[in-house]
Amino acid sequence: MFGGIDIGSRTVKVVVMENGEVRDFQVRNSGHDPYTQAFELIKAYKPKRLVATGYGRHALELALAHRVITEIKAHAIGARRLYPNCRTVIDVGGQDSKVISLSEHGKVIDFKMNDRCAAGTGRFLEIMAKTLGFSIEEFGKEALSAQESVKINSMCTVFAESEVISLISRRMPLLSIALGVHEAIADRISSLACRVDVLSDVVFTGGVAKNPCVHKLLEDRLRQRILVPQYPEIVGALGAAIEAETILT
Amino acid sequence: MKSYHEMWAELGLDLKRHDEFLEGLGYVYHEIYLSQRFRPNGMEYFDFTTSEVHGLRIKELLELKEKGCKIVGTFCVYVPEEIVMAARGVWVGVCGGSQFSIPDAETTLPRNLCPLVKSAFGFMKAKTSPYYRVPDLFVGEATCDGKKKVWEIFGNYVPFYTMEIPNAKSYMGKRLWLEEVMRFKEKMERESGVSITPEELEEKIQIANRKRRALARLFDLRKADPPPISGKDALLVSQIAYYDDPERFATKVNDLCDELEGRVQKGMGVVEKGTPRIMISGCPFALPFWKVHHIVESSKAVVVCEESCVGTRYFTNLVDEGLPTLEDKLEAIAERYLKINCSCFTPNEERIEEIARYVKDFKIDGVILFTLQFCLTYSIECIKVQEALKKLGVPVLEIETDYGEQDVGQLQTRIEAFIEQIL
Repeated sequence: MFGGIDIGSRTVKVVVMENGEVRDFQVRNSGHDPYTQAFELIKAYKPKRLVATGYGRHALELALAHRVITEIKAHAIGARRLYPNCRTVIDVGGQDSKVISLSEHGKVIDFKMNDRCAAGTGRFLEIMAKTLGFSIEEFGKEALSAQESVKINSMCTVFAESEVISLISRRMPLLSIALGVHEAIADRISSLACRVDVLSDVVFTGGVAKNPCVHKLLEDRLRQRILVPQYPEIVGALGAAIEAETILT
Repeated sequence: MKSYHEMWAELGLDLKRHDEFLEGLGYVYHEIYLSQRFRPNGMEYFDFTTSEVHGLRIKELLELKEKGCKIVGTFCVYVPEEIVMAARGVWVGVCGGSQFSIPDAETTLPRNLCPLVKSAFGFMKAKTSPYYRVPDLFVGEATCDGKKKVWEIFGNYVPFYTMEIPNAKSYMGKRLWLEEVMRFKEKMERESGVSITPEELEEKIQIANRKRRALARLFDLRKADPPPISGKDALLVSQIAYYDDPERFATKVNDLCDELEGRVQKGMGVVEKGTPRIMISGCPFALPFWKVHHIVESSKAVVVCEESCVGTRYFTNLVDEGLPTLEDKLEAIAERYLKINCSCFTPNEERIEEIARYVKDFKIDGVILFTLQFCLTYSIECIKVQEALKKLGVPVLEIETDYGEQDVGQLQTRIEAFIEQIL
């Protein structure tokens, strides 16, 4: 068995593979001690080889992993496995958003990442959902049902939260604010995407890809169909597992 | 003999905080520099100079000052060294490269300002570095908006002189710059009471050229695959160029180069042959800013060229030697300095041509365009540089950062992914 582990800012993901097929996967909250979570997840499978990715990859390299690759490479490999014609990956996770350009053969040729703050990431959505009283699971679906949107001007997560609070106090409809929040994040991601050549197939990965509103707004802005895998949050771990199976044997 | 602490106390430094700064620096230096493998023996001198940059070098400067030399703290590669030296002065670069002093600067200056200027201002204001206590005069230049406006504020605290730099390398720009060089010569003569003679100026032109040739030789040796010296070590040499005695420095760089030549002949290097070769291009790396180099060289790649003020811009082009009159020499100085391709100029196509040439000469696999936060001119110029490099088929990574450590994780991800992309 071969394993891929993706230690993200919000969740730890593990994928195990055998004979080129996914055998199992798990997702857990990172909490304050992602490494213990990682150890426990790995212990159950005892993979022959493990490749780590995600922001916690190096800490794990010393202890468990046979090799580390960056999230960029991991998402590229994972997305390409699920969609062999993928040329662009949009990955929006807890604290990063990135757009990755792939060559015809699936090699990374360019990538852009968000700047150091949380604007345009899952964390932004999470904080806004909480402020507006939605669950993160329902936030996108609810926002899609809004009749109109209220423009959110702040990109900074902290300032945007203040802005949302002041909109609430002005009795703006919550659904309209929710849609405005989604538009803000979609604008941010699409402007990042426009810094590379967005060729199709475009694949949307990371936890935020589960949000149907961000998905739809991105399709509108980039004027093309965007593919979302069934489990978009494990694509990085999948890429790492494929790396473990193919490269190291 | 006076201890360094007595010397620093006499200079009016905030001793407690200065100790704190040096202690932090020592720790970082150990981790970043002394842990490297296959370091050339010739780096010992630069390790020593770095460790004594606030000690022995300050002592030397104070001794020179006692003999009547004027110590001139400068902020730009445009301030002509030859003229300072010909007026029996000492030219020392004092741009700030540390996060340590930035909170002190932000009690006065706006926060959204480049860290290089803020760091220098903070050291000066909080009295945490001898380099803002020793000089008799500080010389800045009207290059970017951040610098030229902060010099006005600097002038409230210390004697400050600003050179005007043209915006374009046009006919009028060249005339203005020549006038400025003449005006600076007169300023230095007034400061020192020395009347600059052609003989004196010729001698100093040759000294400055010797230093430039030594650095050019070092960079030439980095063209080998594998390179005989790490990017971090070469960067340190470039940084020390701003502090050390120019003649001694040139000799030591040449000694180092002799050793490196031997390595190149034997095919020895600091990394394996074929290791991805990175050029970092853009803003300066003021001492002790080593963050970007350290991340690159911890990610299975090697830095072989810095297209930067602390790098090629400092030593490229020589001043013509052996010209007959003082006026000729000053013109030659003006001409040489105006060939420095700073992003403050418009247009600045020469810089892009220069970068393309380095990509070829240094066999560059990838270029990192490095911008210090809030440096508008370099940041915007990235667009043109990227276009040109794309045509050459060279991978480019753009990074914007400051002196803080908070973005190290993100930078590491980007740089590692960039190197995966090259491999």
